[in-house]
Amino acid sequence: MSVQVRIPTILRTHTGGQKLVTGEGDSLAKLFDSLDAQHAGLKGRVVTDEGTLHRFVNVYINDEDVRFIGGLDAALADGDQVTILPAVAGGM
Amino acid sequence: MARFTDITATLGDTPLVGLPRLSPSPDIRLWVKLEGANPTGSVKDRVAAKMIEAAEDDGLLKPGSTILEPTSGNTGIAVAMLARRKGYKLIAVMPENTSLERRQLLTAFGAEIVFSPAAGGSNAAVAKARAMAAERPDLVMLNQYANPANAAAHYEGTGPELLRDLPEITHFVAGLGTTATLMGVGRYLREQAPGVQIVAAEPRYGELVYGLRNLDEGFVPELYDEKVLDRRLSVGTEDALRRTREILSEEGLFVGLSTGAVLHAGLALAREAAKAGRPADIAMLVADGGWKYLSTGAYSDGLDDAANALDGQVWA
Repeated sequence: MSVQVRIPTILRTHTGGQKLVTGEGDSLAKLFDSLDAQHAGLKGRVVTDEGTLHRFVNVYINDEDVRFIGGLDAALADGDQVTILPAVAGGM
Repeated sequence: MARFTDITATLGDTPLVGLPRLSPSPDIRLWVKLEGANPTGSVKDRVAAKMIEAAEDDGLLKPGSTILEPTSGNTGIAVAMLARRKGYKLIAVMPENTSLERRQLLTAFGAEIVFSPAAGGSNAAVAKARAMAAERPDLVMLNQYANPANAAAHYEGTGPELLRDLPEITHFVAGLGTTATLMGVGRYLREQAPGVQIVAAEPRYGELVYGLRNLDEGFVPELYDEKVLDRRLSVGTEDALRRTREILSEEGLFVGLSTGAVLHAGLALAREAAKAGRPADIAMLVADGGWKYLSTGAYSDGLDDAANALDGQVWA
């Protein structure tokens, strides 16, 4: 099970500058564990010590905000695309 | 009756228009609420009027007061028009990576513009405005991201109008900026028409806009309560652009780019309903017309060129 993950500029210090990395896992939590093994410190920036998503980080599976589909328990399938973005103010 | 005492009285009661050519079947209907029909051409006329009224009632705004507000354009333009009529000044703090027309309109309506850096997008504008307000207590910040009057304008206006015109509504889709449209309309529909799906279409900008120095500079509007939403879909620049052109060529509607994002999400919901064999009446909010985005090339250049040109901009 292979999942592509888009990394925002602010977290690329953990991926050696790579924009796109590949991880494994049938849930978002397992994906972050697998990513952390290759890119040390990445998980800690996205997931809090309490095991929830950081308040100022949004994660999407195929453009769907994961907070509405189970959070870190959200299921992943082969070929899914995951996007991590900092929470920013939108247009107003 | 279409006679009004003055321009501000034309606020609200915007048309709800069907999209028969984009609707996948007679059972799955798409609708758009055209907020460009408001006095200065966007949904923000509703919230500007409500926030100014609330600030006057609270005694914060008095004749001669100066309003300070971070804005990517529409709120500033709406506030500037009312401010001039009522004898207030407006200082608008705007990211430098916004379209030319928005700056020209703000200036035309008499606002002073202070630019914030392109990197960080609206976050930088909010931070700059908050710093200016801290230094100058005489400035009145309406603070649209946190002002309950912002969501109230939609709870009391947009929501009831929508349900009156489309009692069979099954889905409501709007763009996510200050989040007030979705919070206000969403809460109203939850109370009056339980079961309606409330769906956010969130613009996904180019990397420059997410250029924070650290994650702690991140921003979630004070008004935002995720419990009001059922889903939140992220829509990239190219998809938004493609849909903005599609609604123009298929339905003859000339709309701003945030509507492209909303339509992309609405069409995804329509496809899901078709697959599940369920009827649906999907209402989408059109925040503004396309006029303010002409200079970006969004309607005239090749799709790739237009997408590249918009990449670093706060286009919604």
